[in-house]
Amino acid sequence: MRFIVNNTPYEVNADVRTSLLDLLREHLGLTGTKKGCDHGQCGACTILVNGRRINSCLTLAVMHEGDAITTIEGLGAPEALHSLQQAFVRHDAFQCGYCTPGQICSAVGMIDEVARGWPSHVSPELDHPPGLTDSEIRERMSGNLCRCSAYPNIVDAIRDVVESRQ
Amino acid sequence: MKAFDYVRADSPEAAVSACGMGEARFIAGGTNLLDLMKLQIMAPQRLVDISRLDLADMKETEEGGLLIGALMPNADLAAHPVVRRHYPVLSRALLAGATGQLRNKASTGGNLLQRTRCYYFYDPGMDCNKRAPGSGCSAREGFNRNLAILGTSEHCIATHPSDMAVAMRALDATILTLRSQGDGRRIPIADFYCLPGDTPHIENILEPGELITHIELPPPPPGQQLYRKVRDRASYAFALVSVAGVLDMKEGRISSVALAFGGLAHMPWRDPRVEERLLGQEPSPALFEAAADILLGEAQGYGSNDFKIPLARRVLVAALRELTGGGIQ
Repeated sequence: MRFIVNNTPYEVNADVRTSLLDLLREHLGLTGTKKGCDHGQCGACTILVNGRRINSCLTLAVMHEGDAITTIEGLGAPEALHSLQQAFVRHDAFQCGYCTPGQICSAVGMIDEVARGWPSHVSPELDHPPGLTDSEIRERMSGNLCRCSAYPNIVDAIRDVVESRQ
Repeated sequence: MKAFDYVRADSPEAAVSACGMGEARFIAGGTNLLDLMKLQIMAPQRLVDISRLDLADMKETEEGGLLIGALMPNADLAAHPVVRRHYPVLSRALLAGATGQLRNKASTGGNLLQRTRCYYFYDPGMDCNKRAPGSGCSAREGFNRNLAILGTSEHCIATHPSDMAVAMRALDATILTLRSQGDGRRIPIADFYCLPGDTPHIENILEPGELITHIELPPPPPGQQLYRKVRDRASYAFALVSVAGVLDMKEGRISSVALAFGGLAHMPWRDPRVEERLLGQEPSPALFEAAADILLGEAQGYGSNDFKIPLARRVLVAALRELTGGGIQ
């Protein structure tokens, strides 16, 4: 199987049962993406495929040959943090950090969805998506659990990044 | 996960042909199927990958409705400008379900085919006539908070988990398929799902290897639309009770109405007697209560889901108030 992860091509021999998450972690050594529940409930495995956030545990690697896959390693590096990574540090938006790569990949996808004008469950009007209020951030990030319950600071970090781009 | 053969289809015809024999399944988004395969609740011998087929678009029909490709992701369907403007009940239902990540992956066709989230179906250590026909139903005497109160049988009290399908039911969607013989069917959603009866493992009328290619919506109905969902969490939870409502008024009377319910039954639930009771009438609290009497006349609780009977009544009455201009009270 051939994959493009963080703009780098890879060629891998793997069982067709391999989830995209296991491919990243076990075959490519990209352990930034985390395995929490392995059933799409916690969001720790969130990555971007062709720019869209998905649960990498709930899809087969073989189904993503040729797709543009982006993981936390592709967003930032220790010496060059992504703006969301910086904001998470600044706002103390994690304690153990296990959910953080998924939170950040999810936030990148979520901010893009808002930019495209997609409404959410809490949007009062379908035709006029509101700005990214705290309730919008919370609803749109509900697929990412944080067992340390850093939610208030995660919301602050995301809002900070969105506001600084405006 | 049990081993399987993987086949990537390059046309709907090839997909149907590859899925026609043995224990084969189509995979599109995979968000429900792979979840179940990891638990070995489903163990197909062959997966036919249809995710690259050219079935992800939407176009308007000559009649003024919509032809939705079965592979359109739930997120794209919810956000489509035509759906938002003319079928808001469908956008609202989709946005009330799952998460941003799941809606990006899950397909329209796959959403219709979601399996129940009954705890006992999901636990291979328990009896379940849906998972293992003939083994019994642990749910009837067990934790059944999220399970059905209408259309149940002694063999199964599972609910259908989809929000989208409830809106599709209120909108009278038609499901278009392709079969291995090369012919297709147009199946009204009213005829698509099965009640559990003594075969709860059969959930719809699709034949083995029959592929959903499109979902067709009739032209937008007149009047107001809403989707109201009650659940245990504010986000990312299946419905305890939900209602998709479409209602129009003329000269102070209800001139057309469609009401479909989620969380109550093995399928999106719609009772024509409820709508007949409302048609031609002036809205009033007494009328709404009379409609609820009809909806819930044969409802049966199983212990921890008894609360759904009064809850469904309140959800219906509140939806009718809002749809008839009475505001949320």
